[in-house]
Amino acid sequence: MKKILVCTLLVLAMSASAFGAAFKIGGTGPLTGGAAIYGNAAKNGAEIAVAEINAMGGDVQFELRYEDDTHDAEKAVNAYNALKDWGMQISLGSVTSKPAEATAAENFADRIFALTPSASSAAVTEGKDNVFQMCFVDPNQGSASAQYIADKGLAKKVAVIWKNDDVYSKGIRDTFVEKAPSLGLEVVSETTFADGNDNDFSVQLTDAQTKGAELVFLPMYYQPASLILAQAQAMSYAPKWFGVDGMDGILTMEGFDKSLAEGVMLLTPFNADAKDERTQNFVKKYQEKHGEVPNQFAADGYDCVYAYYQALTQAKATPDMDAATLCAKMIEQFTTMTFNGVTGENVRWSANGEVTKDPKGMVIKDGAYVGLD
Amino acid sequence: MIFLNFFISGISLGSIYAIIALGYTMVYGIAKMLNFAHGDVIMVGAYVCFYAVSRYGFNPFLGVVLAMAVCTLLGIIVERLAYKPLRQAPSLAVLITAIGMSYFLQNTALLLWSSNPKVFPSVIGRGAFKLFDGALSVSHITALTIGACLVIMVVLSLFISKTKLGKAMRACSEDKGAAQLMGINVNATISMTFAIGSGLAAIAGALLCSAYPTLMPTTGALPGIKAFTAAVFGGIGSIPGAFLGGLMLGVIEIFAKAYISSQLSDAVVFGVLIVVLLVKPAGLLGKMTQEKV
Amino acid sequence: MTMRRLINLKRVEARRIYLTYAVVIAAYVICQVMSSTGFLSSSMRGMLVPICAYMVMAVSLNLVVGILGELSLGHAGFMSVGAFSGVAAAFLMQGVIPFAPVRLALAMAVAAVFAAVAGFLIGIPVLRLKGDYLAIVTLAFGEIIKSILNNFYLGVDSQGLHFSMLTDTTRLLKGGKLIIRGPMGISGIQKIATFPAGFILLMIALMIVFNLVNSRSGRAFMAIRDDRIAAESIGLDITKYKMMAFVMSAALAGSAGALFAMNYSTIVANKFDFNTSILILVFVVLGGQGNMLGSIIAAAVLTILPEKLREFSEYRMLLYAVILIVMMLATNNAEIKNFLAGLNPFRRKEEAE
Repeated sequence: MKKILVCTLLVLAMSASAFGAAFKIGGTGPLTGGAAIYGNAAKNGAEIAVAEINAMGGDVQFELRYEDDTHDAEKAVNAYNALKDWGMQISLGSVTSKPAEATAAENFADRIFALTPSASSAAVTEGKDNVFQMCFVDPNQGSASAQYIADKGLAKKVAVIWKNDDVYSKGIRDTFVEKAPSLGLEVVSETTFADGNDNDFSVQLTDAQTKGAELVFLPMYYQPASLILAQAQAMSYAPKWFGVDGMDGILTMEGFDKSLAEGVMLLTPFNADAKDERTQNFVKKYQEKHGEVPNQFAADGYDCVYAYYQALTQAKATPDMDAATLCAKMIEQFTTMTFNGVTGENVRWSANGEVTKDPKGMVIKDGAYVGLD
Repeated sequence: MIFLNFFISGISLGSIYAIIALGYTMVYGIAKMLNFAHGDVIMVGAYVCFYAVSRYGFNPFLGVVLAMAVCTLLGIIVERLAYKPLRQAPSLAVLITAIGMSYFLQNTALLLWSSNPKVFPSVIGRGAFKLFDGALSVSHITALTIGACLVIMVVLSLFISKTKLGKAMRACSEDKGAAQLMGINVNATISMTFAIGSGLAAIAGALLCSAYPTLMPTTGALPGIKAFTAAVFGGIGSIPGAFLGGLMLGVIEIFAKAYISSQLSDAVVFGVLIVVLLVKPAGLLGKMTQEKV
Repeated sequence: MTMRRLINLKRVEARRIYLTYAVVIAAYVICQVMSSTGFLSSSMRGMLVPICAYMVMAVSLNLVVGILGELSLGHAGFMSVGAFSGVAAAFLMQGVIPFAPVRLALAMAVAAVFAAVAGFLIGIPVLRLKGDYLAIVTLAFGEIIKSILNNFYLGVDSQGLHFSMLTDTTRLLKGGKLIIRGPMGISGIQKIATFPAGFILLMIALMIVFNLVNSRSGRAFMAIRDDRIAAESIGLDITKYKMMAFVMSAALAGSAGALFAMNYSTIVANKFDFNTSILILVFVVLGGQGNMLGSIIAAAVLTILPEKLREFSEYRMLLYAVILIVMMLATNNAEIKNFLAGLNPFRRKEEAE
């Protein structure tokens, strides 16, 4: 696998240099450490898109470089600076929220346009005209989830388990809890966990159970969610489960007992089982290359590159333009264009960089996602 | 009844800490070093077990035995390459080397096995003993962990007090120089301690991941630190102390979550640790050494 | 005889101190010149401030570990207290003091005070313990500080400051701003930390530490480190001296934290965890306990190293670990040391000193 990777990278580099001119596109993400799952996925997704686009041989060619930020703001700025030294013209920001806040400030100061695949906190784009997001912003996800639960009449009494030292989890939880009462949802139990005590969830689950929660909202990534589902089953607690886009990926964990996730609902923009040609092509290529089914981070990375492809083509940009020129052109394109990708159709961006796309309600049935409507 | 259920969750979490703490405390007791790479040896053990069972269809117990063999070998190699050359160096230097080793193991695992979490197959299934008409349940894995903990504790204690090698270990821990003069091969004894400690880590890895079944390259790091705390709590160097410290830490953590605040549970756990150490400066069962003038 | 040895010792010591200052100043001048003439890459320029912060962290920890001889595993906790209090102070002063360098200096002073108070409060229980137990209690305090800051909310509005724990109940009036937002930390920090400020802080830290070490108190520290019982028997108030070093070290770490935080637009409590404490400890041990110049060099080398290893992409952190282990072996194993010394044609005779 390593060899294939090195080879493709070589091919990428060669194909780009063969044409003499390619857009230098760079991003940072956690490629090592505890959050490496997300960074590597986004990087792999973006690499596939770049390979596809370069293989088409059009006017817009890319040279992609991802640098490791170990999910840390300081290292992310270092990584960003390394990319700047390399000659980055447009940026994929950072994969996770806190590092992305730090690099977004640099992007803004340096006038290098950024489209982050998955950094979803509101502070990433706040007050920066040249930083855009490919994923939903956290507060939107919180309120969309509450709305969805209320609209479909899924439950009246709700429990929330969230991760207390995580920007993403906290951001979704805040708007969810704020919005729930106005929709007639009662948050009966609210419990947390953090790095280092994220193994045992008996207290959280017992609290939700004894307070009669009919639905448990899990604004978190899939790894702790898988533990929660397993432990709930062991204590014979079977509420409805509702997740967010970070939950995507749970079905493809190696060795995961899919029956545990039966009936879990989640709002996610990406569905690896979708039947459309675009998604199937992406999933097939990803599996061939990495032996795994792509998760939402990979899909976001993939879409980012294609969004750039569309914007650069429409703007008739050329690789000899400097970053500031490209930045102005990209701002113009992204605030006006409509994009279709694997994470959504008719995707649009507002001037403050937030994305508008339809979250798809999914439910897990027989070990696969099924549209929830 | 809820109280009892929490107590059992605490014991079950604590038994995992305890089994990791046993490895820490044994190495500390004899080699006088904090082996920060212990948590990562646990992770390696869990991965070996995972691949043996999930990919190659080994019987889970054979998987654990294989993991023990691999970890023991790993322990010996690590000790030979990184710790042994520093036998005469200040203890802080060895501590830093151990941390370097921990980074090394984590990053090797990342390259070998990717960052994607794997779901560990339980070594004995996911069932539970139901008591009081199902109001109280003790999962099999908890029972097994506690059982394993007790067996290991007894065997280790007997080994250290009765066998020749065990006596040599105690002698080394008391006074390396004197032990050398008595014809004990201090170097070999310390190496042996590492080998045993790493073998134990494999068991701990299999049990940790059976109880909380996701496995990542960083799986061992944080439980490792918690277990280290547990070992100090019980009195580092004391084998029954590690057992007691682990269990108590688990119970305190669960109770803090349940009855104080799930947000501040870590602060409470460490707060209790500080109070205990102030009252008993050498931990619950640790020996207070009197300094000679 | 004794007298002469003392004087000699003093001369060696003095030489070492001046050498340290000289190296720091020279490095600063070279970096400034290279930076202004454009010879420094963005990557290096971006690291100048954090490197200064880490150097101050290393020097301050060296006071506790190297001079006082106590192992602390929670030094990042003080950095954290300083970072949060400093940034909050700078934010509050924004309207009052428009001149950024003054604001930065005051913020660092506030940070030092807060961290010193934290150091004092923690010192009371901690310093009663010894050795590894002291180490684990400092680790515990580091984790507690992290946990508390992850649940701390601080806001400001026309009515003044409001804070709350666990959830945000500050109920700010319209126009108010939540500065510290629990697990989300602080966002939108004004980046006012500069390289000259970092250099000045480092020089101040060095002056404080060298003056302390070469004073009556400093000799007391070393007496305590070398033989606690003997020091006690000649009537040294051990707790007082330990506390002095501990609080001083915490205050410097607090300033460094404020400097560090104001170099980024965002900061979270999780940044200052056990791993950061360990990183600082690595600087101290690698640079040599008690050796301030060593700490400074180690801090610079180990901060730059992972960046220079980027070309090895996924093998980067693996190489970093290997280099760390090899460096520890090379500097601490007697045989390897002798072997390396044999390679060095300019080696100084060890016996001469």
